[in-house]
Amino acid sequence: MPGIEYLLDALTPINVLLALGGVIAGTIIGSLPGLTATMAVAVLVPITFTMPPASALILMGAIYTGAIYGGAYAAILLNTPGTPSAIATTFDGFPMAKRGDGDLAVTLACLASVIGGLVGAAFLLMLAPPLADVALAFGPVEYFWLAVFGLTLISALSEGNLLKGLIGACFGLLLACVGVAEISADIRFTFGSQTLLGGIETVSALIGLYCIPVLIDLVATPDKHLKVTHQPRGFRFLESVAISWKHKLNLLRSSVVGTLVGILPGAGGSIAGLVAYSEARRSSKRSEHFGKGEPEGIQATESANNATVGGGFIPTLVLGIPGTPPDAVILGALLIQGVRTGPNLFTSEGSIVFTFIYGLFLATILMLPVGLIIGRYAYKTIITVPKAMLVPTVGFMTMIGTYAIRNSISDVVIMITLGVVGWVLNRFGYSPSPIVLGLILGSIAEQGFVQAWTIGAATEDLVGMFFGRPISLAIIALILLSLFYPLIRSRWLGGTRRKVRAD
Amino acid sequence: MKTKQLAMIALATLIPIGSAVADYPSKPINYIIPFGPGGESDITARHQQPFFKEKFGQDMVISYKPGGGGAVGWSQLNSAKGDGYTIMGINLPHIIVKPMQKDVGFKTEDITGVYMFHYTPDALVVRDDSEFKTVQDVIDYAKANPGKLTLSGSGKGTANHLAQIRFDDMAGIKTTYVAFKGTGKAVAALLGNQVKAQWGYTSVGAKHEGKVRLLAVAMEERHRKFPDVPTFKELGFDLVSGAYRGIAVPKSTPKEVRVQLSKMIGEINADPEFRKRMENDGMALLDVDYAGYQAFMDDKIGIYGKAARDAGVVK
Repeated sequence: MPGIEYLLDALTPINVLLALGGVIAGTIIGSLPGLTATMAVAVLVPITFTMPPASALILMGAIYTGAIYGGAYAAILLNTPGTPSAIATTFDGFPMAKRGDGDLAVTLACLASVIGGLVGAAFLLMLAPPLADVALAFGPVEYFWLAVFGLTLISALSEGNLLKGLIGACFGLLLACVGVAEISADIRFTFGSQTLLGGIETVSALIGLYCIPVLIDLVATPDKHLKVTHQPRGFRFLESVAISWKHKLNLLRSSVVGTLVGILPGAGGSIAGLVAYSEARRSSKRSEHFGKGEPEGIQATESANNATVGGGFIPTLVLGIPGTPPDAVILGALLIQGVRTGPNLFTSEGSIVFTFIYGLFLATILMLPVGLIIGRYAYKTIITVPKAMLVPTVGFMTMIGTYAIRNSISDVVIMITLGVVGWVLNRFGYSPSPIVLGLILGSIAEQGFVQAWTIGAATEDLVGMFFGRPISLAIIALILLSLFYPLIRSRWLGGTRRKVRAD
Repeated sequence: MKTKQLAMIALATLIPIGSAVADYPSKPINYIIPFGPGGESDITARHQQPFFKEKFGQDMVISYKPGGGGAVGWSQLNSAKGDGYTIMGINLPHIIVKPMQKDVGFKTEDITGVYMFHYTPDALVVRDDSEFKTVQDVIDYAKANPGKLTLSGSGKGTANHLAQIRFDDMAGIKTTYVAFKGTGKAVAALLGNQVKAQWGYTSVGAKHEGKVRLLAVAMEERHRKFPDVPTFKELGFDLVSGAYRGIAVPKSTPKEVRVQLSKMIGEINADPEFRKRMENDGMALLDVDYAGYQAFMDDKIGIYGKAARDAGVVK
């Protein structure tokens, strides 16, 4: 193992304490909708000035990894992805919680997050410099196709209701255009309003579209928030381990997907979770149960999004190009400390990098006990608090959280508006996921398309630009597979059935 | 009676101001960056942070109000309390170009700048293994292949973009500018061979040493960190530009406080350790204080206004 001599440096009492404290703080912050890993890390930056670089990195890495996991609580128990990374966690997490398996879902998410985190960190340790090249091989056109691939997930997410899914996605794509355009600086769809100038912030849209309808329903119906069919049964740890062992391939594949997507600076945890989710669903024998409370769905998303932590550090440390938004803050803090990133960092400054990577392993392992205990506490609180307290508390939290993202009251107004719109649309059978997918992927697709088109037109090779690059072709193949898979499978199944009959 | 009352009120408001300056700052200062954390505006503010605490004994608390490429923050600047305890980062050419494009909730003259403390000079950047060794190589290639030379850069209507427009105009060439979201992604496109060159900053050369080369920098004199890289001026192009950063206060901030704050930022700028750290990151220091702010802006408004119109960013 490279840099094993630094393992002991990572295990000094102070580093262990920083990792533990970081994971606890991160998990709590991540569980509150609106408080993101990026903000948590940014708040810490001044404190890290006085620390040695490796310790500072361990603290920030621990907070980051804890926050990504913490996002699962709100997703499972409140149907609200606390961070965009946890969007796909809601698909099966909330149905599980509704039917009384919230404790199991939380424990499963914890196990999956730890495994994903470890896989991501292992890639960072072993293969960082060669994998960093992946980040560079991805040009604008590849991001465009990746976003289109993400959009094809809508067909999977809106089964039986493809038309409504597509309408929702178009609405999301339109929302993505609001405000000052990221690269062309055009101002679009603001209707002269200052409120819309900053655009629709993704996390506030998530809170609005997912959480507000749940709150309205809680007030409007006499049912309890989550059904509790049984006395709390501890962590349900062994049960979770058994389920995880059964789906170890899913966990491994999702972790690798998460690491690879994490390496791409333009993609991020939300796409990693969604891609892993759809792959898990495709290869599962129980694919028709996905979206109705299937543990495999949670495992895929949660292992993938925690794997992006290690993956995202690869371009950050090797190339000096942040893989994810929290990485950008961490990179800034390193710069101020006078640490120069680059391939040499792994050879000349091994004491910093490898101490940090082992620290990240440590933090990820500590996440197991921390996550289980906090998760259990969160579950108990949510099921025991009476509805008359739960609704105002969560409602208040959504507003504070939304405001905190950009210190902006406009975001709160947009969040509530989208929430009401989302609730009405829900009544008519439109689910929030296609809208959110359109919102997130719209800007990635647009940027990639405009850049690819500009470069292709300048070099007079538009066709070659869009259809002549090997990675693009591979993604296009995935898109076609994803679009036609239901057809292929039914054809294939039909074929074998016919054969059986012929025999 | 009325005048007497007015005089009383005036007096009452004046007294606290006088004392406010004497013990300013007596509590932490809120320093708002109208961008997200991790960007260069954040990093330079972070460089200032410890020096502020050391020199003036109060914390400089950095918070973020991103959105609309800075417009969300700047449009709210004047509604903050003008007591000197709320200050905001300002960036050029943003605060000049944005209000020209459309109504973004503020006008350039609404912003009360007290100090412009540094700029990150524009630079023409290529990969280390690039066929381009000099600026002349780039010009020759662009002349032989009009429009085919692709250059990445951060955003449109930005320092990078306006530098490209102005340079194309000065050199009589036509190149293709490809806008990316932020400098990091523009560098990734360069390193990944997606584009032939980049309109970046000197800080790109510092951050990615060994992987990129700077062909020229848009400065008056050579950058101390890159003594071998010529300025555009030496090569015969009058291009001195970059992303300028400064600090502004709400309009209601009394003049005494503005002057005092300007003096304080200047003191940080004069600190040799601060200068060294900034220059190591590839930045260039600038000392435009409160008294010089308006003249500085008038000059830049002329230059950037024309470039933005030429670029088609402003209709």
